[in-house]
This record gives sequence, C-alpha cells and structure tokens, in this order.
Amino acid sequence: MNLAILLLIVLFSTSCFFFGRKKIINITAANKIRMNALPDYYGYYLALWCAIPAVLILAFWTVFEPTIIKAFIINNITSSNLKEFNSDELNLIYQQIKALYLGNFTGTLSEEIRRGAENYKSFLSIAEGSKIVILISIVIVTTLYSYKKLINNNKAREDVEKIFKAVLFTCSLVAILTTIGIIFSLLFESIKFFTTINIFDFLFGTSWSPQRAFVRDASTITPEEYNELKDAFGSVPLFAGTAFIAFIAMIVAVPIGLFSGIYLAEYASKKVRKYSKPIIEILAGIPTVVYGFFAALTVGPFFREFGERFGLEVSSESALAAGLVMGVMIIPYVSSLSDDVINAVPQSLRDGSYAVGATKSETIKKVVIPAALPGIVGSVLLAVSRAIGETMIVVMAAGLAARLTINPLESTTTITTQIVMILIGDQEFDSPKTQSAFALGLTLFFATLILNYIALRFVKKYREKYE
Amino acid sequence: MTNNKVKIKTEKLNVFYGQKQALKNVNLEIYNREVTALIGPSGCGKSTYIRCINRMNDVIETCKISGSIKIDGQEINNKQIDVVRLRERIGMVFQKPNPFPKSIYDNVAYGPQIHGLADHKDKLDQIVQTSLKKSALWEEVKDRLDEPGTSLSGGQQQRLCIARAISVNPEVILMDEPCSALDPIATAKIEELMEELKKTFTIVIVTHSMAQAVRVSQRTGFFHLGNLIEVDTTDKMFKNPNNKMTQDYITGRFG
Repeated sequence: MNLAILLLIVLFSTSCFFFGRKKIINITAANKIRMNALPDYYGYYLALWCAIPAVLILAFWTVFEPTIIKAFIINNITSSNLKEFNSDELNLIYQQIKALYLGNFTGTLSEEIRRGAENYKSFLSIAEGSKIVILISIVIVTTLYSYKKLINNNKAREDVEKIFKAVLFTCSLVAILTTIGIIFSLLFESIKFFTTINIFDFLFGTSWSPQRAFVRDASTITPEEYNELKDAFGSVPLFAGTAFIAFIAMIVAVPIGLFSGIYLAEYASKKVRKYSKPIIEILAGIPTVVYGFFAALTVGPFFREFGERFGLEVSSESALAAGLVMGVMIIPYVSSLSDDVINAVPQSLRDGSYAVGATKSETIKKVVIPAALPGIVGSVLLAVSRAIGETMIVVMAAGLAARLTINPLESTTTITTQIVMILIGDQEFDSPKTQSAFALGLTLFFATLILNYIALRFVKKYREKYE
Repeated sequence: MTNNKVKIKTEKLNVFYGQKQALKNVNLEIYNREVTALIGPSGCGKSTYIRCINRMNDVIETCKISGSIKIDGQEINNKQIDVVRLRERIGMVFQKPNPFPKSIYDNVAYGPQIHGLADHKDKLDQIVQTSLKKSALWEEVKDRLDEPGTSLSGGQQQRLCIARAISVNPEVILMDEPCSALDPIATAKIEELMEELKKTFTIVIVTHSMAQAVRVSQRTGFFHLGNLIEVDTTDKMFKNPNNKMTQDYITGRFG
C-alpha cells in the first residue's frame, strides 16, 4: 500500500516537472520575457514542492502508525475491563490481537481479544483512509502553492539550490548521527559491565575465559566470587594477541605492498601497470572466509609439517599462519594506495632531482617517498585498522585460546574473535559475559582512535609539503 | 669576444616525440662562459634542444634523438655516456620553481650529498653557503636554513633552484624560461645574477621575452618549427638579422 502511494507521488511529481517546465517555456515565449531561472529549475521547483512534504508525512505516518494504534487498543482494553493488567500482560494481549487479525492466532480465543481484533481492524481502515485523504490534500495544497509562486516568476533557482543543499546536509547528518548512536550504545552497555567488573581489572587482568563466568544477579556477588570472576575478564591477552597478529600481518603487507606500489608507479610501463594493478586489487576482493580456510587448511598444516621436520612443536592453529595470510590480504590496500600517492607527486620534483645527477633509485628514496609520505602512512594506517578489525581469518586459523604469548607458532586469539565467540548463540543481555563484548568493542574503538590520532600528528609533523 | 672557445656543439640534431619531429637538423655552437639565449614561438623546439644537452629527454619514453652533441669535444649522445656524471656537469633550472619539499639547507645539500662531494659536515655547510651566496640568496635565508624551501617566495624559490644547480659545480647551466613564473622584480634579480654567473659558468637560457634576451645574452639563436633559423651575436640578431623571418619575429610581426 505504502509502496503504491509512494509510486503515485513520484509519478505525479515527475509529471509536475514536465508541466512546470513547459509552462515556463510557454510564458517566456508568449510574453517575450526572460525568467529568473532556466525552465528546468521551475520544473524541479514544482516537482520538489509536490513530492517532499508528502513523502515526509508518509514516512512519519508509517513510523508512528503502529504505536498510535497500539495505544488506542490498549486504552480500549483497560477502559472496558475492570481487571487490572500490568504492561507485560497488555503487550501479550496486543500481540494476540494482532495475530488474530493477521489470521495466524493459535490458542484459546477470549472475548476481549476477539473484540480487540475487530477494533484493530476498524482502526487500521480508519488510519488507511485518513492517510490517503491527508496525503492527497497535502499534495494538492503544496502543488498549488508552488504553482502560484511559479507563475509569479518566483526565484526558483535559489530555492532549488537551497533544497539540494538541505538534502545533502540531511544525508551527512544521518551518517554522523549513526556514528554517535553506535558510540553511545557501546558506552551504555560497557558502563553496565563496568559496574560489575572493575574497569582496571578488565584493562589490566591477564586471564580471559568468559565461558566460565556464571552470574545470576550482579548485585549479590561476594568478594570471593568477584575474585574468581575478575579472572574471567582480563583483556590483556586479547589486546596482546590482536597486536601480535596485526604486527605479523604488517611485516608481510607493508614491505611487499609498498615496494610493489613503487614498482607500479615508477618503473612499470603503462601496459604492465594497466594489467597488473587490477590483478593485485583482486586480492582485496576475495572474501575473508576464503582466506580463512586457506590459512586453516593449507598454510597452518604446512607450517606444522615444516616445523616438525626441525623438531619444532607447531600448533596447527598458529598466529603465524593467520598473520601471514592476513598480510597477503592487506597487500593491495598498501600497494594500490601508495601507488596512487606516488603518482600524485609532481613530475617537476623528479626532474629537479634528475637534473642534479641523481639516479632513479636515489630520486625515489630521497625525493619521491618523502613527498608521498603522508599518503603512504595513511595507507599503512588503513591497513592496520583492517588487520585489527579482521575476524574471520583469526577465527579459522589462529584459534580461540586466550593465551599471553609471543611465540608465533602457538595459537592465540584477538578481540574481534572473542566478541564473535561471546555473541554467538542465545544470550542473556544482562549477564557480564554478554556485556563484556560491548566493553571489548569500546576499548578497541578507543585504541584505534588513539592510533589514528597519533598517526595524524606524525604525518602533520613530518609531512613535506609540495606546492 | 675574449672567450670564443666552443663549449657545446650540436650537429645534425634530430629529435622525435613518437611520430612528431621536434627538432630538424639543428647545428648550433654554444660558447664558453657566455649567455646564449634561445628564442622562438611556443612549440618551436627550444626547450627540447636544451633538454638534449643534459639528456633529460631520456625520461620521456617515446623520445628518439639522432645526431651529434659534443661537450668539450666529447660526444654525449650515445649509450656509453654516464648520464649521472653528465648531469653533474650540466645543471638545469626549470620554468616553474621546483624546490624539493625539504629544508632550504637540504635542497642545496642534495646534489653534493648524492655525488659525495663533501666528506664531512663542515665541508657540506661550506658548499651550501657558497652556493647560496652565488645565487644571491644567502642574506635572505641564512637565519632560517631549516625552514622548508617551499615556504619561500616564487623568486626566492627560483634562486634556491639555481643554488641547487650550482652546488655540484657544473660547467654549464641550462635555464628553461626561468623567469616566466616570476614578477618583474624577481626577474630583475635573476637577470642580475646571471650576469655574475656567466663569469664561472656557460649559460643557455630559453626565453620568451625578447627584452630579456637582449639584456642578458651575448649570442642568440632563433628557432621556428623545429628549425634553427639563425644564430649570431645578440647585437647583430636584434639590430641587423640576416633572415627575414628573424626580423619579423623580433619586431613582433608573428609568434
């Protein structure tokens, strides 16, 4: 129903566009005057006036209709009954009424539910009818209003520009508000967690095993119980594991990515570049799950067998395997971006260097790379945050045991992997185990934020600005 | 002329960019410790000519050069010549000032460092100082040598580029319209500087300004559509050229 209405509005406003444009062309021709704006603007003006208010009202209506109808139904039930209901019971009744209306009700039918369903039906049809009436009148009023302004040669150009600006502003606002919303939801859940577990025990504890944390009521924990509980939520092994695997990945990705970027930008002929760049970028398009089983089934066992030959004990799920494969996955981020920034360094700088007798590699080392450094650091940063956020490869290839180790041949785990482990399956949202996922998320968020900030400062300080 | 020893001599020089011929059979002699100006309308090949002398055209993939270029009698247009050594001997200043995004000091020290001209810091300091003095920039920048070269004004940047070029003690300095991006005051300073520089260096300057050619040069060559139409002393070229085309160009009838 809503879709049909929307379609009608769009159709009508499209025809308004052509109508408005034609009208202005006619006026211009008949009166031999020059209008304030081009005919197209008048078309847009009419179309936008016709569509935007109606669509907005339709959107609001759709969002609030269920809430309002529910309020009416519940009000009906409470006023016609002598019995008192609490809010849970009322909710249940409302759900049953809805189910009955939709025809998938099971169970015993009581009189009030049957009556409620009839009410529900009539409310719905009233709402539907009034919605259509309101929308039609809105469309007519706004269209007439704008049409009147249009034939009076209103400043359509300025108004249309303003509307476009407003639309763009709204879109960026949505993005910003979403970010803020996510941060706050992380924050509130984390605060709940930190009321149970001391924040310092969480940040500096060295033992992580949330699976054995059974808490029924957070307010009745005895000190002994807490002592045991805090040992389940020490996040240090996770941060260490994350940093460790990301570090291994960067050891692989930064040199290979940067050097291939330099090759593509400085040495490769146009033809080689044209074909090899997309091929490298395919690496970034492979789903991480494919990398995951590649790491788990090929690279991991390979390292184990290789190690066994030298009498080394290598676990088949190792930080090395995960980090290595993750590094390969990240190569295109570094290579493609650094290729772009190196290409952006003006040719005049290279000429200046060649003209004093520098060789190609000297020019690259001493002039091109320093000039491109901010961009290169930026691409490495992007790669780091990709490495920290990567989950699938670690789940499959590095294991789940939270262990504090710097031996790359042992299994280890990361923050994101643990968040997945915690939230898989049925969860109670008031247990510290579930809430710890939010705390981990928040800490990770702050860690990457600080990392980005430091890197930005670094880039600002050392950037060699050309132009 | 006191110094009429030939420094650079090109014979039958032909340059192609892909299918397009940029220079046609150019025979030109450039004399030691003089300023030679190359004039001509845009696209006539004068920049191409000076880029042949320090082999900067090597950078361009599609460029093909044939003919002979001799510096002090030594042929440089062949594969055996060491381009790095050649460019150390023949400095270049570009149309747009292109200081490196480094400090003023590092800009000048760059050349001496890559050629290993200074074995310790004091020597390097000294080279930087003399180069900046020779390019008449020292007084303006001596207290801020660690500031970025890009923070200087356009004219200062161009003089910094000249300092960079002379820091490796070249024999020849090629200037490709060095003043076209500068205001008249900065231009006057560079011209004054050239007067001084020609005592030690051989200078070849490409310019669009006839007045500049008259002011700074002893000899002038006129290029048109890849041909060297006429070359003679500046005096003769501007007062009494042999060729009708030169006459037309310098009096502003075309170009």
